[in-house]
Amino acid sequence: MLPTPSQTVGPFYGYALPFPDGAAVAPLGRPGTVVFHGLVLDGEGAPIPDALLEFWQAAPDGGRQGRAGSMRRDHTTGGHAGRDGVTFTGFGRVATDADGSWSLHTLTPPAEAPYLAVCVFARGLLHHLFTRVYLPDARPDEVLRRIPAERRSTLFAREERPGVFGFDIRLQGAPHEETVFLDFA
Amino acid sequence: MSPTQQEISAEIAAQAAPTSGTAHPERRYPPYRSSLLRHPRQPLVPADDLKDPDAVELSGPVFGVTDVTELDADLTRQHHGEPLGERITVTGRVLDRDGRPVRGQLVEIWQANASGRYAHQRDQHSAPLDPNFTGVGRCLTDDQGRYRFTTVKPGAYPWRNHTNAWRPAHIHFSLFGTAFAQRLVTQMYFPGDPLFAYDPILRSVTDDAARQRLVAAYDHELSVPEWSLGYRWDVVLDGPAATWTEEGR
Ligand SMILES: [Fe+3]
Repeated sequence: MLPTPSQTVGPFYGYALPFPDGAAVAPLGRPGTVVFHGLVLDGEGAPIPDALLEFWQAAPDGGRQGRAGSMRRDHTTGGHAGRDGVTFTGFGRVATDADGSWSLHTLTPPAEAPYLAVCVFARGLLHHLFTRVYLPDARPDEVLRRIPAERRSTLFAREERPGVFGFDIRLQGAPHEETVFLDFA
Repeated sequence: MSPTQQEISAEIAAQAAPTSGTAHPERRYPPYRSSLLRHPRQPLVPADDLKDPDAVELSGPVFGVTDVTELDADLTRQHHGEPLGERITVTGRVLDRDGRPVRGQLVEIWQANASGRYAHQRDQHSAPLDPNFTGVGRCLTDDQGRYRFTTVKPGAYPWRNHTNAWRPAHIHFSLFGTAFAQRLVTQMYFPGDPLFAYDPILRSVTDDAARQRLVAAYDHELSVPEWSLGYRWDVVLDGPAATWTEEGR
C-alpha cells in the first residue's frame, strides 16, 4: 500500500503533544540516572524554539519491548497523572525551550545498542528526521560504519561531567557540522 | 517584503513535478519559506536495509489503557458546554505498507476551533477562542487498527508565509507504528477545499495521487441523524521494508 505523506508538525503542537514528565524517561533521583542535553539549531546556527524531539532506546538490560505508561492519565479526572515513578518505558518526548535547548533524564543504554534513537520534528520541517545519540565510548556499529569518517563525530555525545552528556542537533550546516540523519523508509 | 500569493503560486507550479520519487515532501521546499534553513543539505544515510536486527528503531514505544481515558477521543466533551461549529466524526484505519492493521497504538490529534483559532498562546489570529473547545484528542487503535474521534470541523486560518496566506482546514495527526521507524506526523484535509491550490504546505507533496491521500472522504453512512457529519480517512505508515520489520520482531 502507498504511504500517507508526511506534513510539518507546524507551530502549534505545543499544547497537544508534550506531556508532563516527557523528559523523565527514568524517574528523577533514581540511582544511575544520566542526563542528555543540547540545542537544536538551524542553518544559520540560530536556536530552533519550536522543535519537538522524541527518544526511544533499549533498556539497560537490553530489552526494547517498551512498556505503556509514558503519558499516564488519571482515569477519574481525565488529567495527566504523570509517569508512575517505577516503570522504565524507554520513550521520551521533549519540546525545545525558547532558547532551542532540550534535556532528557534517562538510564544509560546497554553496550550492544549504545545510543538513543531520536526523531526530530519542527515547524518548517516537512518530514521528520531520524538520528542517533551515541555514548562517547560506543564501538562502531553498522550505522556508524556507513557514515563518512569526517561526519561520524556529529552522532557522539560528549561527557561534560560524570552522568551529563551534551549533544547538539544541527538541521543544516557544513558537512562536518550538520548532524547525520538516517533514512529508514 | 512578504511575497505575494501570485509569486508563491508560480513557485509551487515550478516545483510541481515529483522529484524524489517518494510520497513525502522534499524537506527543501522553497514556497514554504520556513523550510529553507531547516532541512539538511547532506544526503541522509540509508538505514532501510540494515542487517542489524538489534537496531532499536525496529521496535517502538508502546501505549496502553493507562495512557488514555475514554473521553480523550471526544473533543466536544472536554468542557462544560458544547463547542461552536459543525460537529463531525473522523474515523479510519492505521495500516502498514503491507496492509496489516497497527493495533493498540497511539493516535493524537490537534486542531483549530471552528473559527480557525488554536488554543495556543502564540496563535495571534483575531478569530475568537471558544471556551468550550481546546482541540486536542487521543485514542488507541483497536484490533482492526481503527481510530475514531468526535470533534468540530476546524476553520481555515491565516499565516505569515506570504501576503494573504491561508491554511485550508486541517486536523493534525500524530501516529505510532509498531516500529519507531514508522513514526508519522501529518495533516488531514477536508474534501473540496478551495484553498488547496494556494497552500505551500499541502502542495509540498508534489505528486497528485499522494496529495489526494491527505484528503478525507465525506461518508454519508457515518453521518449521524440530527447529530454529526462523518469523514473517513485511512493512514498507511511508511517505514522499513516489510521483510526487515518481520525479521526484526
Ligand atoms: Fe495547523
